[in-house]
Amino acid sequence: MTASKVHKRIRHRIPKSRDEIVIEWIATIVLGIIIVVCLYPFLNVLAKSFSSEGPILAGEVFLIPKGFTTLAYEIVLGSPRFWNSFRSSVFITVVGTALNLLLTAFVAFALSRKNLPGQKLIAFLYIFTMLFGGGLIPTYLVVVNSGLYNTLWSLIIPGLVSPFNLILMRNYFATIPESLEESAKLDGAGHFTILFRIVLPLALPSIATIGLFCAVGTWNEYFNALIYINDRNIVPIQVYLREILLNAGSADLNNMDAMLLVAQEAVRGATVFAATVPILLIYPFLQKYYVQGMTTGAIKE
Amino acid sequence: MTAVQKKENVSVKKRSRLWKGIRDNWQIYLMILPAIVILIWFRYVPIYGIQIAFRDFTLKGGITGSEWVGLKHFEALFATPQFLQVLRNTILINFYRLIFGWPLPIILAILINECRFLGFKRFSQTVSYLPHFLSWVIISAIFNSLLALDTGIVNMILKALGFQQIIFLSDPKLFRSILVITDIWKNVGWSSIVYLSAMTAIDTNLYEAAAIDGASKLRRIWHITLPGIKGTMVFILIQRVGYALSNDVEQVLMFYNTMVYETGDVLGTYLYRMGIGQMKYSFTTAAGLFTSVIGIILLLSANAVAHRLGERGLW
Repeated sequence: MTASKVHKRIRHRIPKSRDEIVIEWIATIVLGIIIVVCLYPFLNVLAKSFSSEGPILAGEVFLIPKGFTTLAYEIVLGSPRFWNSFRSSVFITVVGTALNLLLTAFVAFALSRKNLPGQKLIAFLYIFTMLFGGGLIPTYLVVVNSGLYNTLWSLIIPGLVSPFNLILMRNYFATIPESLEESAKLDGAGHFTILFRIVLPLALPSIATIGLFCAVGTWNEYFNALIYINDRNIVPIQVYLREILLNAGSADLNNMDAMLLVAQEAVRGATVFAATVPILLIYPFLQKYYVQGMTTGAIKE
Repeated sequence: MTAVQKKENVSVKKRSRLWKGIRDNWQIYLMILPAIVILIWFRYVPIYGIQIAFRDFTLKGGITGSEWVGLKHFEALFATPQFLQVLRNTILINFYRLIFGWPLPIILAILINECRFLGFKRFSQTVSYLPHFLSWVIISAIFNSLLALDTGIVNMILKALGFQQIIFLSDPKLFRSILVITDIWKNVGWSSIVYLSAMTAIDTNLYEAAAIDGASKLRRIWHITLPGIKGTMVFILIQRVGYALSNDVEQVLMFYNTMVYETGDVLGTYLYRMGIGQMKYSFTTAAGLFTSVIGIILLLSANAVAHRLGERGLW
């Protein structure tokens, strides 16, 4: 008999006391409220993005679009600037995540070796940056002096290898049995072979977790883009979205005739959703890996 | 062999072992080379650049060539009432975040743990994590719509109940609450995960035994669940205190405007306006350095307290 079966049997024998039932119901009701509070704002913006101007301004749109129209989406998706910034964000997310995973794996591999001269120093150099840094302006000056200003690389290179992800991956590498590597070594495999053929395939869950965190973080990046990118043609999606929200960007939505027929709020809502779709698409994967990522990160030894 | 010779012999052996270690691992050094270069260049060179806080930085002079002025910028800093205001705002906002943002995920985790309708439980978890993955730009858009006059649900409810409508985002008195609430909205579900995973490690036999002994549900939560996650609770508390000054710049940047500067302007946004906006490089670096020193003191003392309490610290 498995443990859970035993568990069920015992539970069966003891009738639920009244306070037990009360607490279960309170929990359910409060969770219900939380579901509404988390989802309603989101669904409301979605509903408005598909509604026409009249009902929105009259405050009649809640969860279901009124006066259904896709005009707002036609305006947003018809704007070349939207696609420019979308492309920028896809670029920094894909390239940034790939480079980040590769370099993090390299350093994590080095830190998980036994007897690597200089290993302690490397670990210290990374951990120290969690405590202290140069701050806004010195970092800004270095990035600008490196010639990265106004290039998408300014949003990729300076942030490569975060110490947090490094610790996460190193801890995962440490759980891989050494015997596997020993036999490969006897066959004359070099370090690159061991990393790519043995360690990485076994560490896929941690790679997936860190990759997803990285991807979401880069997609949502706003502040660095604000300070490092001045060229309106390459700003990432979040900066563009912010412009639209502040109405400054609406002149770029070249479809002026259509603009007259649709509410500003619908256009904003449509932009919000167009920029969130990639996150929603990978959300099931985030769901699958988050607990694993969070718990392996919590184990420090 | 004399003692000296022996000693030399040992050190030669040591050195050759070190040399062998390096030679055997050259591929590894090659692997980490790009990462190390990036680390030194983008993390450590800026630390070296902090010295511009003690200089009058000019683009021509650069980091080492600008004139040395000692503590001038620090004196200017403390003579700036706005800076002290900003410091106060930062501390207050983080204090509120701590007293509301720390217990709520624990309560949520307990509620999720107590819910017996499995499908519903899983659904509410999934939904509560979602806001964590939205950017502050998007969250500000959502809340702007939610709090709007006439068309936002909050003001519609106020109106229906016969109250005056409120222009939420321009009211200095409400601004900090809005920051705390949006922060909780974004993170409460996500932060509850660590507690839920700590709860799965609690031995279920304890609950059975307590139930047989007639302990009520509340007592079981109080005497079994809470002690079971105490380590995690303290760890998260320490972490939050330790990083209290590293405010979420993006959040404040999204919500604030000149009307709420008096309560809402924080260090991150102030440094951004002074540094990037007004290009007061040396002044801003001085302010940043002051902040990081306070930050380190906070972090080290939080960690020391954790160890003193016999709990797991941050390192």
